[in-house]
Amino acid sequence: MRLPEPVLTPHVKKPHGHTLEHYLQTGGYQALRKALALTPDQVIEQVKQSGLRGRGGAGFPTGMKWGFVPKDSPKPKYLCVNADESEPGTFKDHVLMERNPHLLFEGCVIACRSIGAKVAYIYIRGEFYHVQRVLEAELEKARAAGYVGKNILGSGVDCDIWVHRGAGAYEAGEESALLESLEGKRAQPRLRPPFPAVVGLYGCPTIINNVETICNVPVIFDRGAEWFASIGPEKNTGPKLYCISGHVARPGVYETSMDVTLRELIYDYAGGIPGGRALKAVIPGGSSVNVLTPEALDAQASFDGLVKAGSMLGSAAIMVMDETTDMVWAATNLIHFYKHESCGKCTPCREGSDWMHKVLQKILRGEGSMRDIDLLLGIANNIGGKTLCPFGDAEIAPVVGMLQHFRGEFEHYVREGRSLVPLAPWRAREPAGAHAH
Amino acid sequence: MSFHPQMPYGTPQWHRSERVLADEGPPFAFTPENRQKLEEIASHYPPERRVSAVLPALYLVQEQQTHLTGNAMAHVAEVIGCSRAHVEDVASYYVMFFTKPVGKYVLQVCRTLACALNGAEHVTAELCRQLGVAPGGTDAAGEFTVMEMECLGACDRAPVVMVNNEHWHECQSPEAIQALIRDLREKGVAALTGCHHTKE
Repeated sequence: MRLPEPVLTPHVKKPHGHTLEHYLQTGGYQALRKALALTPDQVIEQVKQSGLRGRGGAGFPTGMKWGFVPKDSPKPKYLCVNADESEPGTFKDHVLMERNPHLLFEGCVIACRSIGAKVAYIYIRGEFYHVQRVLEAELEKARAAGYVGKNILGSGVDCDIWVHRGAGAYEAGEESALLESLEGKRAQPRLRPPFPAVVGLYGCPTIINNVETICNVPVIFDRGAEWFASIGPEKNTGPKLYCISGHVARPGVYETSMDVTLRELIYDYAGGIPGGRALKAVIPGGSSVNVLTPEALDAQASFDGLVKAGSMLGSAAIMVMDETTDMVWAATNLIHFYKHESCGKCTPCREGSDWMHKVLQKILRGEGSMRDIDLLLGIANNIGGKTLCPFGDAEIAPVVGMLQHFRGEFEHYVREGRSLVPLAPWRAREPAGAHAH
Repeated sequence: MSFHPQMPYGTPQWHRSERVLADEGPPFAFTPENRQKLEEIASHYPPERRVSAVLPALYLVQEQQTHLTGNAMAHVAEVIGCSRAHVEDVASYYVMFFTKPVGKYVLQVCRTLACALNGAEHVTAELCRQLGVAPGGTDAAGEFTVMEMECLGACDRAPVVMVNNEHWHECQSPEAIQALIRDLREKGVAALTGCHHTKE
């Protein structure tokens, strides 16, 4: 069934909706009491039954992930909350942390206790200075009230939560790179196996979950795993936040369930495209997934529905492009992002992103040849699947996807030396950074 | 060298995988207050893992003296208990650490798709035009540095500008730039919109 009312973001627009007092008034920390009455194994079983899948991008079943932590390990265990949120187009975790931080803390404590961790680190991106201030102020209150810290609610369970702020690196959102960054190093990925659930932070068993995933955990205990599993389509259960941006009338974060279609999200929730212009392309899950054309609008915006449509749900960041968008320019814009953010550890990714950017710029200048278009695909083919982390597969998505659907625009650039679409008013004729990068 | 017939390896532009060495600068030590803050932060990690606090330590340096210097990084290495090379390695990688002097206000304009679809190119161009700088440059008075940055995660309030790594200024347009520069001069960072989530 469709989610009847928001459960993750019901109070985000209320003044003081983020405070401990407000959270307690609206039934907060009751899920924690229920979860503390169960054994850790029962908690994991409930999460499995709810069908909750990770909201960070891959959609891995959360309960199963928690079950990977070796129970007999004498080492300390850790929970890391991935709040790096750097995928272009994504801004949902920001809302949760800033406007509903206690939901996150409650989820952290439940998760920590079920995997046997006594410490959770919330890794926020460097640009979230104001989020850090809110989180730390509210953490202080939760600690003083006994919801976080030692002997939580008299149960004998200890769990402390700390906020760790990064310093500007997209790659830190990749789980093993996040651990490296948390250990005070460059955010570069690790070779796997061993997986973090066995050898993670400081070499200890570690679970890394997205903010939205953890925020769903109290909901499972509040309303019951059965209720959670009844929301949305089968295997794509529970409430889901969608970030809609680009050429839409009302960009923002919308909460619904995954039986919603892209068309409903763009036209009903976000108010459609301003000025009555036509839709040209939509990126449904952040810049690292394939672009879709208007034919795919009736696809279900779920993990499985978007795979069926030829893309991925990713971080549910829906970027909408109208008919004024030059797709060669859009691909170049995104490749610039990946070129800048590549951590540099694997040569195919570091050099390949720069090569693709150079080739795309050449095409944009009107100096490209048909061979350059094939060269792009050749380079992409030598990056995908050949890097330590999924960044390599992510950076080829804009190029491969754009070429799959809009190859004609690339060829028009090569033949005519200029774009198929006129220069849109929102673009500068001479962008200030054009020569500096 | 590259084995590809058309493409050389590497670019003349900076890449985060390279190491940047900062100027030595004047002698540096944390103020007692900042040193205390650092010790509090370091207590969040296991005692043998103090190096986890290297990012917060570098932020504290920038609070104290706007940008990183060789002496400051050596001091961080000393108080954290790691090598100076490690601190320099980390500082070069993360884009929010400035290894060169910057202006009093660092204006970072998001350039990634969602902001670009809403006119970020015009915002950067107008800022550069009014301040007479190129992206990455600082104006003659040392007051403003203009930079481009990658996705800030404020795509619903695009285009967005971040000031001094901490303050957001949302829903920008080229028409608003003149007022932004004037207000920053007059009122400082209080002139900025902040993040709309904090507005009640």
